[in-house]
Amino acid sequence: MGGFPILTALILTPAAGALIALLMPNRRPDVAKAIGYAVSAAVLGMSLALLWQFNAHSAAFQFSENARWIPALGIRWHLGVDGISLFMVVLTGLLFPIGLLASAKVERQKAFTVWMLLLEAAVIGVFVGLDLIVFFVFFEIVLVPMYFIIGQWGHGRRVYAATKFFIFTMAGSAFLFVGILALAFMHQADTGRLTFNFVTLANWAPGGLSATAATLLFFAFGIAFAVKVPLVPFHTWLPDAHTEAPTAGSVILAGVLLKMGTYGFLRFSVGFFPKVSYELSWVFLTLATIGIIYGAVVATMQPDLKRLIAYSSIAHLGFVILGIFALNVIGIEGAVFTMVSHGLTTGALFLLVGVLYDRRHTRLISAYRGIWKATPILGGMFVIAMFASIGLPGFSGFVGEFLALLGTFLVHRPYAIVAAIGVILAALYLLWAFQRAFTGVPDEETAKMPEINGRELACVVPLLVLSFVFGVYPKPILDRVQPAAACVVRHVEDTTNYTEPKGSAVKTPKDCPLKVEVTR
Amino acid sequence: MSARGALDNAWIIPALPFFGAAVILLFGKRMREPIAGVIATMLMAASFLYSVTMFFQLRSLPSEERLNNVHTLFTWIAAGRFSVSFGTLVDPLSMTFVLFITGIATLIHLYSIGYMHGDARYSRFFGYLNLFAASMLVLVLGSSFLTTFLGWEGVGLCSYLLISFWFERTAAAVGGKKAFITNRVGDFGFMLAMFLIFATIGSLDYGIVNGKADTIAASTATAIALLLFVGAAGKSAQFPLHIWLPDAMEGPTPVSALIHAATMVTAGVYLIARAAPIVSRSGGTAGTVIACVGAGTALYAATAALVQNDIKRVLAYSTVSQLGFMFLALGVGAFAAAIFHVITHAFFKATLFLGAGSVIHESEENQDIRTMGGMRKFMPITAFAFILAWLAIAGVPPFSGFWSKDEILGKAFAVGGWQGYLVWGVGLLAALLTAFYMSRETLLVFFGNERFRAPADAHHHEHDPTATFTVGPDDPPHEPALTHDPHETPPTMWIPVLILGILALFGGLLALPFHGLEFLTEWLEPVFAYPGAPEIPSESFLFAFTLASIAVVIAAIGITIAFGFYRKGLATPESDPLPKKLGSHATRFLAHAWYIDDMVAALVGGPLRAVANWTANVFDQGVIDGAVNGVGSLFRLGGQGLRVVQTGRIRQYALWIIIGTVAIVTYVVIRFGDLAGRWF
Repeated sequence: MGGFPILTALILTPAAGALIALLMPNRRPDVAKAIGYAVSAAVLGMSLALLWQFNAHSAAFQFSENARWIPALGIRWHLGVDGISLFMVVLTGLLFPIGLLASAKVERQKAFTVWMLLLEAAVIGVFVGLDLIVFFVFFEIVLVPMYFIIGQWGHGRRVYAATKFFIFTMAGSAFLFVGILALAFMHQADTGRLTFNFVTLANWAPGGLSATAATLLFFAFGIAFAVKVPLVPFHTWLPDAHTEAPTAGSVILAGVLLKMGTYGFLRFSVGFFPKVSYELSWVFLTLATIGIIYGAVVATMQPDLKRLIAYSSIAHLGFVILGIFALNVIGIEGAVFTMVSHGLTTGALFLLVGVLYDRRHTRLISAYRGIWKATPILGGMFVIAMFASIGLPGFSGFVGEFLALLGTFLVHRPYAIVAAIGVILAALYLLWAFQRAFTGVPDEETAKMPEINGRELACVVPLLVLSFVFGVYPKPILDRVQPAAACVVRHVEDTTNYTEPKGSAVKTPKDCPLKVEVTR
Repeated sequence: MSARGALDNAWIIPALPFFGAAVILLFGKRMREPIAGVIATMLMAASFLYSVTMFFQLRSLPSEERLNNVHTLFTWIAAGRFSVSFGTLVDPLSMTFVLFITGIATLIHLYSIGYMHGDARYSRFFGYLNLFAASMLVLVLGSSFLTTFLGWEGVGLCSYLLISFWFERTAAAVGGKKAFITNRVGDFGFMLAMFLIFATIGSLDYGIVNGKADTIAASTATAIALLLFVGAAGKSAQFPLHIWLPDAMEGPTPVSALIHAATMVTAGVYLIARAAPIVSRSGGTAGTVIACVGAGTALYAATAALVQNDIKRVLAYSTVSQLGFMFLALGVGAFAAAIFHVITHAFFKATLFLGAGSVIHESEENQDIRTMGGMRKFMPITAFAFILAWLAIAGVPPFSGFWSKDEILGKAFAVGGWQGYLVWGVGLLAALLTAFYMSRETLLVFFGNERFRAPADAHHHEHDPTATFTVGPDDPPHEPALTHDPHETPPTMWIPVLILGILALFGGLLALPFHGLEFLTEWLEPVFAYPGAPEIPSESFLFAFTLASIAVVIAAIGITIAFGFYRKGLATPESDPLPKKLGSHATRFLAHAWYIDDMVAALVGGPLRAVANWTANVFDQGVIDGAVNGVGSLFRLGGQGLRVVQTGRIRQYALWIIIGTVAIVTYVVIRFGDLAGRWF
């Protein structure tokens, strides 16, 4: 596809914005701030243009760019989006301007803006990179700005939290890096060509790798992604990081960073190792189910609102993993939809807790009483965000979780039945916290709290509106995800003796990027 | 517009109140008092009028064409082979529900204009009420299980918001939460039922599922039916998921009337009736379970209602009990009888609740029947309507409740077998208790001595916004506090009550058990005439007459005993003769509804909470996170390792990663790269 390299532009625009902001004088934080708004808004605009021009019926990687970069090492600047990554890019484009707007009052605006824009560039790079080195470099770069955002703009134990976040994910990425190199070198040994091209490797790996090699590499990739998601028991960095991060950090972390893990599983683990993914799907279904119940149970007992939402993320992401490893179209569409939806609803909840924190400098549920009475609009917004997050039909959360559970039910009933208990628990932890903090007669401190202001509303309302719109009319997303999801399932079918149940199967699109020639 | 135009535009019925909800919730703050109420009521009335038009259009069709009038608006969720549309299904069953929902909702909206007068969140109340009506109409008009589920959760949301409406009071906030979470337990069953239906049949559309119901295995049908029943038991407060309903009485009384008596709680009945072909396909197993749980709930809740002293809690347990009768009917396959009772119950229970609301309204929020008495003198119209409804629920002919309850019990007896006779007997016993407790409430509120007047030396209590109105099972009598006489309510309140009371009297005309007069049964007949539908043997007139006579005698006994106890009221509020007759242990046992709620609370608050606490604090923080930090410490002990972590030098480390990455990339690009090369 010729023409304007929009994916490169999506990466370079925020990167350039970061550089420009960096060159602005320190005494003019407002200029840096304005740059942040303008650049992130431009990126949002571009991501919407991407969405607009995306061909909904195609399963191929679109807008792809494939330029020579480092020929000696077989590394190419290879980018592209399909229905799975498309919405991650758009979600990124949406959440960054909101995150920046929510951070209008933070100190050291300039540095904050620089890190945020750099982070945005890296996150987009992760989702559009189709060369494993490009992907990995961005996967790593993401850590740095996030580390500083948590460590410098965070709350109480921010250094501990930032460090924990950094070391956990670094440890995971070490495995990932080894896995990538090993995969590429094995491919080189087999074919004589060194490449990091996702498509080439994914077409080769299912037939080219020995069973042992595939299993070992699967775990190398899997650990990195499992930490990112996070899957229980690799999750303990998450509550600390979420809780200590500034509001924008939490929104981005939950909204898009966690999705790098689930995206990695869906794109790379299933892509390179479909057979192992299929055979070991029970491991992930089990961990996901545990995560759904465990996250919800632990969330219930949290005294801190942000920690509660952090643990709820573990439960929500469990539905994503469940849907992915159901390995059928319904489940995968549900998983991708939940990835988007969770970004909207959890983002809204974090923003609202941020609003409370800005007013009272505490996140403890017990420190509040009667917020709904004191600030009715803030309370009303929280009610909407809460029910959106619970997954009430009519909001996006329901569509994703329902499909993920349904897809799982078609192939692995026990997991779906146990995981569906999470539907009860989701109501429990949020409604209980709401009852304690928001209902009753306001205490003296809460009564003095100012109402949510226009800027804060401008951050929250779009997310809630989108959650509602996609809850009622999810078609625009599902239609675009479906071809790519069908190709993933097809890829697994081509390389294993697995057949998708009739209840889910759709006609495979003609232009699947992965076309395995079964050699063995 | 074709002859079926109204049927194809059935979406207008929920759309009208939804529009009202949107407008009121967004702009309600700027509306002065009656405006929101008037808007909401008028939209509800418009919805009712449209339903009536639609009814006549549906009725003008030949009876086989009245089924499956599906109109699809747009695809809602489609993934893989799964596809569900936003669509409406108009048939005699949904039409019946739509008519009584819109009709009663209109009256209760009207009533609320007066009842909520002066409330700080007046507009918001009507926003919620309209949203509720819209959701309830989606529930019954939806063309698939999933669309019904959308409405199902919508009414759950509104129920939560309205029970917690006066959220300054802890009891209200807790009651709302409890209702929602208990309902979620039921939703778990509903969702699994949908998964199983889709896995078995490949669709969730009512037309397709019910059309193929006779092709699925009986065991699968049983599983689906029972899972649906779990959902129904949550929403319709069947044992043991009934525990939320008595606490739901913390909401404003019109809410109790509309949502927690007349409409929402019958959603479970609708669901099972809608899935009737699947229930029948189960071959009796699911039906027996449903009938037995229903009959058991009917009796259980009636025993709990006997000794309640809160005017609304009596009605709450009574609602649970009456819903039990409906499930009893569904279980034995008497679907039309269940729907008949849904309607008559909606009439008389809405009257009772609104009447109770009027009494509470005029008694300065006193809800304790021990400190009422003689109110008929002061509120004659309300008392008249209440009495009509009392006689209806007690099963006195010719009031509506007599006919519908008799229909249910007669059908149960005619089905026969141990199940039929058992549930008939249990139902009869429950009917006896019903006649007694409703007479007790009516006599203590409207007849006998006046016990509500404050003693001359009493000082006026300040109104406490956090106070709980409900009279709990162990509470002493509310102190008489009225310093003036109660009076009749304004017309916006007594007119709806009177209309509903008259409907409670004449509602039986819908389906009199005489040939040619069974309008409702004939109207619903095509819906329940699917292959494999249960055939209930018809009884001879003499036989039916005998059964009805037994029922009348039973009702008479219950009423007579109550008259014996309460004809003159109570000498003092503490001197209720019933607890003395029952003994203090039995009274406490019944007043606490057999301690079911207390046991659930003890389980959730005790062991379950301890497990959750242990998981969160000991296991997660101690074991898992402890292991993580342990590994960290291990490195630190090793000397260098993660010392940087502790000193904060990790920042430098991170910076070095960036600098390093940039340096390497720059070097590689310069050395090997031609990034400036062609794009292709």
